[in-house]
Amino acid sequence: MFNLQPVWDWFRTLHATTGINLTIFYDSFDRARFLNGFLTSVELMGLCLVASVAIGVVGAWLQGVRFWGVRAITQGYIQFFRNTPPLVQLYFFYFALGSYLRMTNPMGLQVPIVSGFQWAVIGLSLYAGAFNVEIFRAGIEAVPRETVEAAEALGYSRLKAYAYIILPLAFRISLPALNNNLVNLIKTTTIAYAIAVPEMLYVANQIWSDELNVPEMMNVLLVIYLGLVGVLVFVMGRWERALHVPGYTP
Amino acid sequence: MIAVRDGTLPVLKPFRLAGTSPPALRLNARHGVLIVLALAIAVFIGDAQAQPGSATPSILETLFKWTPLLGQGFALDVAMSFLAMGIGTVAGVFVGLALLSLRTPTRGLAWVVTQIFRNSPWLVLLFYVMLLMPFELRIGGLTIPLPDWLKATFGLALPVMANVAEIVRGAVRSIPFGQWEACEALAFTRRQTMWMVILPQCVRRMTPPWMNLYAILVAGIPLTSVVGVSESMTLTGDILSSEGRNELLVPMYLYLLLWFFIYCYPIALATTALERRFQVR
Repeated sequence: MFNLQPVWDWFRTLHATTGINLTIFYDSFDRARFLNGFLTSVELMGLCLVASVAIGVVGAWLQGVRFWGVRAITQGYIQFFRNTPPLVQLYFFYFALGSYLRMTNPMGLQVPIVSGFQWAVIGLSLYAGAFNVEIFRAGIEAVPRETVEAAEALGYSRLKAYAYIILPLAFRISLPALNNNLVNLIKTTTIAYAIAVPEMLYVANQIWSDELNVPEMMNVLLVIYLGLVGVLVFVMGRWERALHVPGYTP
Repeated sequence: MIAVRDGTLPVLKPFRLAGTSPPALRLNARHGVLIVLALAIAVFIGDAQAQPGSATPSILETLFKWTPLLGQGFALDVAMSFLAMGIGTVAGVFVGLALLSLRTPTRGLAWVVTQIFRNSPWLVLLFYVMLLMPFELRIGGLTIPLPDWLKATFGLALPVMANVAEIVRGAVRSIPFGQWEACEALAFTRRQTMWMVILPQCVRRMTPPWMNLYAILVAGIPLTSVVGVSESMTLTGDILSSEGRNELLVPMYLYLLLWFFIYCYPIALATTALERRFQVR
């Protein structure tokens, strides 16, 4: 590995000369815990991105099934999760449902079965997933009826037509809206702070309480989040261009 | 000769098979709401009947008892959302116009401001404002106190401003360019064109996304509880700790969710209806 000590030393000198106190660089303890927080945040974002897209795909399929009850439940889920605050949802999962899901460990203590991190993944995925279902549904509706009929004429079953014909086209149509929602999801992961998941904001809060360097840590946070959103927008933009079907999507 | 009676012209009508299939039972959003409401009521009643005749009041009674307090918290939520939306909209219109400015520095600065406030998490912005804004303003001898809720409202107005700016920019861009040229031909200045011709037409196009933004803002208001504003979310926590009953957790949070749902859902429905009405075909 590279020897980063000169870089850390530079930040120490920066503090001594200008008073800009970035302990997360020159203090090895703060550095380690901030890095952990950063990795927890990224892990949370990654898991939620994948799970919410999966929920969107499955939900959009469920919205088209013939059975009335399934469609109604899907619609109820979408409307409920779209129109209530994600923070209250998370509290509901963590404090309310979490209070029932407990087991006794070998020491005889009551411990939760689902950890805060897992609840954050579940809650945020369900929240973003509700938006994704609507986004994919709009994409599916934009697929020309003739294309679906052609698939039917070729003997595709409903599921097969969905997987091989409709979804690939719908996905391309809904990518811009999906981008927006995923950026939103990345920003929303900060609410995991409220249920004490040790993600970046939580760790930053601990650090500025210990070191009293609030403005510096706030700016670091802002820059890192802007960077993460930038990376997502860049990757999704590249993907959008790679998936582009000439003459089909604008 | 074909007689033309009461407006029926002898034209070829599109071919339709009569009575091929009965119209499928289309689910609309209303059904989902009914189901959610039914579920919530079922939970309440089921819980309420779980302990008949015990000394502790039933869950429904407890919820009813705390409703006025929760209503106060929710009223603060609504007030904060109105204020944040108002400040954000006024500021956002100007930032949006700056995004369309002909001067490169103005445009660049507005772009940076928009991108920063649109792409950073609301909670981080809230912390930013809460921790870095003074708790009172001193102008000369006058001291203006800045309570927590007001600071939090400013914090939420920032992302609203950036989003409104994007909405304004998008709407102005969507007006056909011919209108600008027509105004130029009528010797309107750029400012006159913008305020008298372009923006009035934009209002219609901006309303649905603006309402959507408001619904998102309302969903973001409980974030202020994290930074210590005693709004409905905080009060729910207080109520729960003062009651200290485990079986109250699920109904209480569901009840709060229901409050927000009842407030936000009509807005969502109205937005969809407006979008459908304004749709350019």
